[in-house]
Amino acid sequence: MKSEEIKVCILRVGGTNCDAETKRSLEELSVQAEIVHVNEMVKRRSLLEYDALIFPGGFSYGDYVRAGVIWAKWIIAKLGKELKVFADENRPILGICNGFQVLVEAGLLPGFEGISSYPEASLATNVPPGYNCRWVHIKHENKGKCIFTWKVPKGKILRMPVAHSEGRFIFAKEKEKQYLERLYENDQLVFRYCYKNGEYAEGCFPINPNSSFYDIAGVCNSEGTIFGLMPHPERAFYWWQQPDWTRQGWMPQYGDGKLIFENLISYLEKES
Amino acid sequence: MTVSLYIRRKTSFPLFEINILKATDEQLLKISRELGIGLNLQEMKVVQEYFKKKGRNPTDVELQTIGQTWSEHCFHKTFKGKIKINGKEIDSLFKTYIAKATEEINPRWCFSVFEDNAGIIHFDKGYGIAVKVETHNHPSAIEPFGGAATGMGGVIRDILGVWADPIACTDVLGFGPLDYDYEKLPPGVKHPKYVYMGVVAGIGNYGNNMGIPTVNGAVYFDESYVGNVVVYCGCIGLLPLKKFRRNAKPGDVIVLAGGKTGRDGIHGVTFASAELTEKSEVVSRPAVQIANPIEEEKLKRAIVEIRDLELASAITDLGGGGLSSAVGETAKRFNCGVVVELEKVPLKYPGLAPWEIYVSESQERMLLAVPPENLEHVLEIFEKEDVEATAIGKYTADEVLRIYYQGEKVAEMDISFLFEPPKAVRTAEYKQTSFEEPRFREPENLTETLLQLLSSPNIASKERVIRTYDHEVKGNTVLKPLQGEYGGPNDATVIKPLTDSWRGVAVSCGMNPQYGKIDAYWMAASAIDEAIRNNVAVGGRRIALLDNFTWGNPEKPKRLGSLVKGCEACYDFATAFGTPFISGKDSLYNESPLGPVTPTLLITALGIVPDVRSTVSMDVKAPNNLIYIVGQTFHELGGSEYYRLKGFLGNTVPKVRPNQARKTFKAVTGAIDLGLINACHDLSEGGLAVAAAEMAFAGGYGMELDLRKVPRKTLNRNDFVLFSESNSRFLVEVSEKAKKDFEALMKGKVYAEIGKVTKAPRLCIYGLNGEVVVDASLSDLLAGWKRTFSSEV
Repeated sequence: MKSEEIKVCILRVGGTNCDAETKRSLEELSVQAEIVHVNEMVKRRSLLEYDALIFPGGFSYGDYVRAGVIWAKWIIAKLGKELKVFADENRPILGICNGFQVLVEAGLLPGFEGISSYPEASLATNVPPGYNCRWVHIKHENKGKCIFTWKVPKGKILRMPVAHSEGRFIFAKEKEKQYLERLYENDQLVFRYCYKNGEYAEGCFPINPNSSFYDIAGVCNSEGTIFGLMPHPERAFYWWQQPDWTRQGWMPQYGDGKLIFENLISYLEKES
Repeated sequence: MTVSLYIRRKTSFPLFEINILKATDEQLLKISRELGIGLNLQEMKVVQEYFKKKGRNPTDVELQTIGQTWSEHCFHKTFKGKIKINGKEIDSLFKTYIAKATEEINPRWCFSVFEDNAGIIHFDKGYGIAVKVETHNHPSAIEPFGGAATGMGGVIRDILGVWADPIACTDVLGFGPLDYDYEKLPPGVKHPKYVYMGVVAGIGNYGNNMGIPTVNGAVYFDESYVGNVVVYCGCIGLLPLKKFRRNAKPGDVIVLAGGKTGRDGIHGVTFASAELTEKSEVVSRPAVQIANPIEEEKLKRAIVEIRDLELASAITDLGGGGLSSAVGETAKRFNCGVVVELEKVPLKYPGLAPWEIYVSESQERMLLAVPPENLEHVLEIFEKEDVEATAIGKYTADEVLRIYYQGEKVAEMDISFLFEPPKAVRTAEYKQTSFEEPRFREPENLTETLLQLLSSPNIASKERVIRTYDHEVKGNTVLKPLQGEYGGPNDATVIKPLTDSWRGVAVSCGMNPQYGKIDAYWMAASAIDEAIRNNVAVGGRRIALLDNFTWGNPEKPKRLGSLVKGCEACYDFATAFGTPFISGKDSLYNESPLGPVTPTLLITALGIVPDVRSTVSMDVKAPNNLIYIVGQTFHELGGSEYYRLKGFLGNTVPKVRPNQARKTFKAVTGAIDLGLINACHDLSEGGLAVAAAEMAFAGGYGMELDLRKVPRKTLNRNDFVLFSESNSRFLVEVSEKAKKDFEALMKGKVYAEIGKVTKAPRLCIYGLNGEVVVDASLSDLLAGWKRTFSSEV
């Protein structure tokens, strides 16, 4: 498939607010990106019109319960069947920030064995508590399964901003070890928070901005087609979005966030 | 309620006629007090006269409507009224000083100023930038979280109210000292720490949830803010100017959209136009509204779509006064009358009296005028976004306001009467007061003094606050509030609103309450200078200003006198700098049992950066680059952070010398455009020493400076040169390569090369006798600067 033929759906609902910049990032890479309200999707459209699906950042339904949970339950209730077909066909799904929270709450991530009927992980309240907006370094851990980073070398350090108050990735305490092993076995670990020299944060704030278990910033499902991360690639797309661009004599045109969208597109070009 | 004054009409819902036709003066005041409408005797008599001519008593709906419309908050009686001062009379502070400055400057790039909810200026490619800054002091004093959140929600609606899509928010806050003694708090006044935590959380909550980056602001601490918290909320929006609609006509349908109406926020405006007392908590708690940012986010989406499809003829927000002011003001503006059927207003719960529905300030509501043929389409768009929208009435050809509830006419008044309240005449007095200039010896260890200054609450890093605000959402924040790895304090924020244009908007502010304790005139002048120079420092020009006054009770002549002085300075310096005011707001009556607020003028500046790629940040970039100071340093330490640290106020408040300042600003802008400047930072609280320290630790390189080279007047002490807060000054980093061009450009201006950037991570400053007076490692300086707000407070 040529990039111009690729159709990506960016879903939104009341409280979604990172849809426009996500669309801009995709359009910059010459794919068709459409922002669709879920009401519209339910009434008149179908997820299956699209090659990939993105749950963008925001505060869906105000996140008045746990972050992502209301939208996740809503999606399962209203679009569950289509979403299952979409996922079973290995069409890519990306969740950024609130989108990641939704994918976890909906049981799509970590997705050790397909869609789970209950959340297997959680994006809990930050430690230290509170909303935190800052740039972080993340290290690429994936060996090539995650289609959103399949061309990114393992060990590469990327920079992106986070902005959330519920981003602490955790498993149930008693399953921590077992689930972490499975993440490794299945090559589902994608990003971990690290220092700029690549050393892992080891839980140290603010290098790990939320005390995520094992410094986890992003994971994919066992097929590598569903991926969620707390950092915002769409806010690290252009060089002038970076926090220190005024210090650089020469800067590339783009930031690291572009890699995520680029890899998705090159995967779709190759696959279909 | 006294039986004789209030007559219950025989309706199935509560409706009273108020017997004012025969009321005595005393009874008139009693009515005003009992209905909570805050009208004085002169105003009540005008109302009485009007209804005498009509030959009937008014209903509670009518009196409440008048009370809201004529309140200080809605009508700005002080700024529009007459003021007698020192034997002369000023007819409207607003016209005489604020609007006059803009008229005289008369820039071609102003699209709409002082007319709508927000000022609008031309931007690029047919787009305009709308901007508004509001105060929400009183509600935040009673309920910090809700007060601040609804302040933000309100100002965002002001931007929606001129058809603009909000792209950035600002917040400037003033609190009492966080370590204030609990024992000293009078009843009814909340502790500054509680207020601070609540306000910061409230601001962040609204902006973050709506996905609007909060990009610029400031936090000040002052004793006078203990009883009078200061909360300024600002919003900037973007709109395609050809989609701007403001032409409602008779027959257009009035659509109320957004949240439901409840009892929250009743009498918010009368509450805002009175002093805070011990009883405010109990009496005025219902005046604070409840925030729901997601409702407003949905509302925004629908409004932008309706704008783009050109389906409506006018829009306004529901803020102070609720429906009563939104309906009345639009009718007045379009020379229409209006019919409203109040039972159509969707309610949160049943049981509201008609007057409550009409004046409620429930949040997240907007009013649209829609031609009947577009009504269905407009309602569909709201429905698509899960937003409730209802037609509640229509504009009519006669200029009469008519309100019905379940078929019963509950109000009928002439629009012209509603908008011609008796002009307030107030008396002001002003006497130049002189304070003692302190005498003390120069401290022996100035390094220690610098470290103390860096940790003082008004200078210390506000990272702790700033990071709880999403300043990156929308992905357009080119220059961030915190610079680079170490989070240095940038002078202004730059945003790039359009995908296909490199043009940017620089947002900055200036506020110097400490100077206001000495002289309101120079305080205002300094705020203007600071806002402008902050903007210039990053590359902004073609600057527009917003004025926001927080003052005490204007009915007290001294308070009003200093307000007049502040306004005079606004006129003098806006015209001197050629920077027009495009919007503003005043919050008066900021008085509590602890006394009045320190006169606090916030100036917000909006500049244009022609190409964001030439934006300059404040961090030093490379060793061996030269450091210049631009501008003259005077013996101006009155109201400085240095004097405050030493326990003094002083008298030598910084002045503004506009002729020199204008040249300085122009030269800096020129140097930025030619790419000659690597870093630029304005000198403000803490003066030269603090600015140098901030530039150094933000860049991770040291600095060596020599005070002997600093251009100065009547200054012969190291501490004064280091910490004087003279206006219109910058520290600038220039590479050796650019030295010649830079100096050529600066010829004829006051400037000097005073040192260089060093690889060694130390700030080393030589004094007037050539001795080392400051020597500190960057890590100590940075730690000192970050310490104050580093942990949970």
